[in-house]
Amino acid sequence: MTTDAQESPYFVTYDHYLEEPGSLEVGSFSNFSTQRRGGDFVAYWLELEYGATAWWTTELYLDGQSTFPDSTIFTGFRLENRFRLLQSEHLINPVLYLEYEQISEADKIMKEVEGHDVEADHATPNAVLRQGHNHELEFKLLLSTTRNGWNFALNPLATKPLTGGDPWEFGYAAGVSRPLALKASPRRCRLCRENFIAGVEIYGGLGDRHSFGFDETSHYLAPVIGWNLPSSWTLRLSPGIGLNDNSHQFLLRWGVSREFSGFGSTVSSWFRGRR
Amino acid sequence: MIRSATTQAAALLGAAVLVIGIAMAQSSDSTQAKFDKAAYAELSKVPAKAAVRLNPLESDSEAVAAGAKLFRRHCAECHGADAEGGKKAPSLRAEEVQQATPGTLFWLITNGVVRKGMPVWSRLPEPERWQLVSYVKSLRSSARQPNQ
Repeated sequence: MTTDAQESPYFVTYDHYLEEPGSLEVGSFSNFSTQRRGGDFVAYWLELEYGATAWWTTELYLDGQSTFPDSTIFTGFRLENRFRLLQSEHLINPVLYLEYEQISEADKIMKEVEGHDVEADHATPNAVLRQGHNHELEFKLLLSTTRNGWNFALNPLATKPLTGGDPWEFGYAAGVSRPLALKASPRRCRLCRENFIAGVEIYGGLGDRHSFGFDETSHYLAPVIGWNLPSSWTLRLSPGIGLNDNSHQFLLRWGVSREFSGFGSTVSSWFRGRR
Repeated sequence: MIRSATTQAAALLGAAVLVIGIAMAQSSDSTQAKFDKAAYAELSKVPAKAAVRLNPLESDSEAVAAGAKLFRRHCAECHGADAEGGKKAPSLRAEEVQQATPGTLFWLITNGVVRKGMPVWSRLPEPERWQLVSYVKSLRSSARQPNQ
């Protein structure tokens, strides 16, 4: 059985809504980016998001990228968990985000921008970049509220590399979004305004423990739009621009995802047998 | 070699997280497989100020039909296609629900019952949550016609 989940349109920012318990969302996302002094690239990631409980969502990401005219490579994986801290809705709703990632330096999905990440990091050929590895823990505090249909979300983040003695790195993401209509129409429809959610997000790095601030950091502004189809599919699109000279000049993100409700029950029944 | 071992450990950790997650979800399912009067206790915990709110779409002729559509999309998986309850959630045709005020139902939809597995639904715009309330309250008149 499937349901529509009214997914958020964000690519980088998280709101405080978790996956419904027992549901699995499978998504495929891409990020095209222009690159000065190097080849343009498309990075992509497969996302498996599972609602373990109403207060805990766990996710697995598999990342890859194609740099033109260089090569296509797998760049690593991430394990992510989000924990809702408060039982009911409040003015601001905090969610704790913990991520373990093991990716190569060739990873270019830019799911988060942190520390002193800059465009020049991606100009090196894949053969060289893939020699370096990032093995780190990432913490985010997801702060989000929804008022009168508007969602406001702010995600400060901190990352700790687990190897090499590198310092803590910091970053942020923030977003605002709203459905194009606040009332549902009584008929089943694909193109109703209620199925579209539009917004904008901004994200970037804030340096590290030794050099906190905006120096040598990159920042992006990106309108976002999501289309929740009645058939449980969600399409997302987001053109983005770099806000300073350290940023890629242009990003285009797109993604498609589908929600499978009752996934947990189905898997469980395989092991339980018929009752 | 060290990286390979780390990768294997991480993969095992990931698998463990997934299995534990599914187990927790199923544990939650099984503990709620049977519903009795206690399942409706949350209705009495709604703040009085919220419970007295009136449904602004009470006289909206399309609210019930729109609410039915939203119910099929977001709620039927747990509460059952006819709102008669499922493995995960209780019937909404029960007397306890039908006698609850619109404000009570709106508050519960908005805030969920997170510790018992019902997610918050404040991501739905407020008018859509009221449309859901309209639909749930409309079940009173069809409570004896389960196939409707």
